[in-house]
Amino acid sequence: MTITKKLLTSAVASALLVGSAQAEISDNTVKIGYLADMSGTYRDLAGPNGQTALEMAIADFGGKVNGAKIEVVSADDRNSPDSASSTARRWVENENVDLIAGLVASSVTIAVSNILEESGKLGIVSGSAASSITNEHCTPNHIHYVYDTYPLANGTASAVVKEGGKTWFILTADYAFGHALEGDVTRVVEENGGEVIQTVRHPFPTSDFSSFILQAQSSGADVVALANAGADTTNAITTAGEFGLTQSGQTLAALLLFLTDVHALGAQSAQGIQLTTGWYWDMNDETRAWSDRFMEKTGVRPTMVHAGIYSSTIQYLNAVKATGSDDAQTVRKQMMDTPINDMFAKNGYIRKDGRMVHDMYLAEVKTPEESESEWDLYDIVRTIPGEEAYRPLSESKCKLVTQN
Amino acid sequence: MTEILGVPVAVLSGQLMLGVINGSFYALLSLGLAVIFGLLKIINFAHGAMYMLGAMCTVLMFDAFGINYWVALFLAPVVVGCFGIVLEYFLLRRIAGQDHIYSLLLTFGIALILQGVLTNIYGVSGLRYSMPEVFRGGMNLGFMFLPYYRAWVIVAALVVCFGTWFLIEKTRLGSYLRAGTEDSQLMQGFGINVPLLISLTYGFGVMLAAFAGALAAPIYSVSPVMGSNILIVVFAVVVIGGMGSIAGAVITGLMMGVVEGFTKVFYPEGSAAVIFLVMVVVLLIRPSGLFGKEA
Repeated sequence: MTITKKLLTSAVASALLVGSAQAEISDNTVKIGYLADMSGTYRDLAGPNGQTALEMAIADFGGKVNGAKIEVVSADDRNSPDSASSTARRWVENENVDLIAGLVASSVTIAVSNILEESGKLGIVSGSAASSITNEHCTPNHIHYVYDTYPLANGTASAVVKEGGKTWFILTADYAFGHALEGDVTRVVEENGGEVIQTVRHPFPTSDFSSFILQAQSSGADVVALANAGADTTNAITTAGEFGLTQSGQTLAALLLFLTDVHALGAQSAQGIQLTTGWYWDMNDETRAWSDRFMEKTGVRPTMVHAGIYSSTIQYLNAVKATGSDDAQTVRKQMMDTPINDMFAKNGYIRKDGRMVHDMYLAEVKTPEESESEWDLYDIVRTIPGEEAYRPLSESKCKLVTQN
Repeated sequence: MTEILGVPVAVLSGQLMLGVINGSFYALLSLGLAVIFGLLKIINFAHGAMYMLGAMCTVLMFDAFGINYWVALFLAPVVVGCFGIVLEYFLLRRIAGQDHIYSLLLTFGIALILQGVLTNIYGVSGLRYSMPEVFRGGMNLGFMFLPYYRAWVIVAALVVCFGTWFLIEKTRLGSYLRAGTEDSQLMQGFGINVPLLISLTYGFGVMLAAFAGALAAPIYSVSPVMGSNILIVVFAVVVIGGMGSIAGAVITGLMMGVVEGFTKVFYPEGSAAVIFLVMVVVLLIRPSGLFGKEA
């Protein structure tokens, strides 16, 4: 009798436990924390407009999921891992935040992903570049959605080598992200039969690039590659134009360039530059329709990061709806089981290391004659299939891959 | 080809040239700081922001009213200079005679507010500004390709620097200024309007920064954050030259441009630090700066 009673109680208790883990939304609220650089170097590519994209996704989803309300909080990470960590910790530990979205500077993302792993919450990374985020720094608690340095090097560098750019001069931003990109590019160049004849590392940030451009010119390399980002890249490109770098027969390759950077440069200075992107607003009717709505709210065209934030938020909310839960592992599994087909990606899927694999695009900046409007800037010259673009799992150092 | 430390002389000549060009910007900016500090004893941490305002003004006046480069080169410093006079009249004047730290904090606060407000409106990616038509292209000097615009920067900066030095050191107005800051009560007694003189001096120092900004607009990325990076370097230049020394600021500015240029060839990673290294050495050996009067 007592045994049956005990059994019964434990059965009921465990049923309740399982139930609470799988089919319940904690405090009947799905709370999303948007953490990004809202005021510094990376503000324009994600920033406040990224939050607008997130809120568009929630509004399109209907504002509620399975009757639970959806809330958004946001904070400026100031590109500081310390500041971002304390915000993230407060959110997940005291304020019941279920998902951290945005995540731009790679150093911030790596710090926050550790907190997510400790607290068992979920993060979706849309802005960061470093491929290490789903390699040596992978956790079961985050997803890297939009792009990383691996396809940037793969797309742009291999295309340029194949077009005959055999000798390379790499100008690198002297910090972790630049070094990673320089490494990825060197590998791709050498694999394709090219040679890196000189690398120069410039301080971050640098405003005057004339000295480095002069060194690039006197190196005689076929290709001058920029392994930097943001204002460093736009400054270097402007100076290269002024000093007639491309007129003298050298090719300029910018390895990480966002639509906002190209827009700042304008078609006149940026024409002919090849770059790799995860998405472009003017690819088809679906992307244009969404971008028009985005532009109505923000006044600008979206970057790939903005589109990725929208898409990933919809995917997340769909997974919460389907499972009836906001538990990180339940939702992540559901997201991994669901192929992504929307305006951002076709047949995209999330691997067990957290990498969202989708097609990438090699684009070329239009000439002022071809460009019909302020934001009409890219010609998509090649689609790089997802499988080819991203680091294969066989080369992965991620603990989630190597342990199984 | 002749080489020095494995670097061809032609490359070094090119870098020397570029060093002088960058030095011209340093000279213009540190000159304004030196004028403001030397005459008013204000440590103007808003100087970088004024440089940024000069550049932003040039771009925005073109976008909104189609004002061309030549007019902007004159108008932007005037507009920003007037803004500086307003700041002096309503804010800086109230802390005159207090410890230096007050003017430093006040101007730093002003700089942060300006930067924050403009970032909110214009973002940080940079505004587009095209090179004026006459400056497109450049000349081949044999050892390097020199864009016409960079040559113009040297000429414009040197003319303005020399003019400023001449105005302050060699004219009657300049002597009033120097005397007014030395002993304002005595000068008031002579019937000279010292407060007005001080407002105008601050406005003039700010104008120099805005002029550098307007000069930078066609070649550097123009954004609300462009002033914050250059400010610290320019302060180092002023300290090396000797706080308040006008000729010292100009000569040191040019010299530091060249030192930085050569570092970019021999050890590029150190190019952001080299000016501070020089500053440390100068302060150890000659605390009043290269051209400062021994205290």
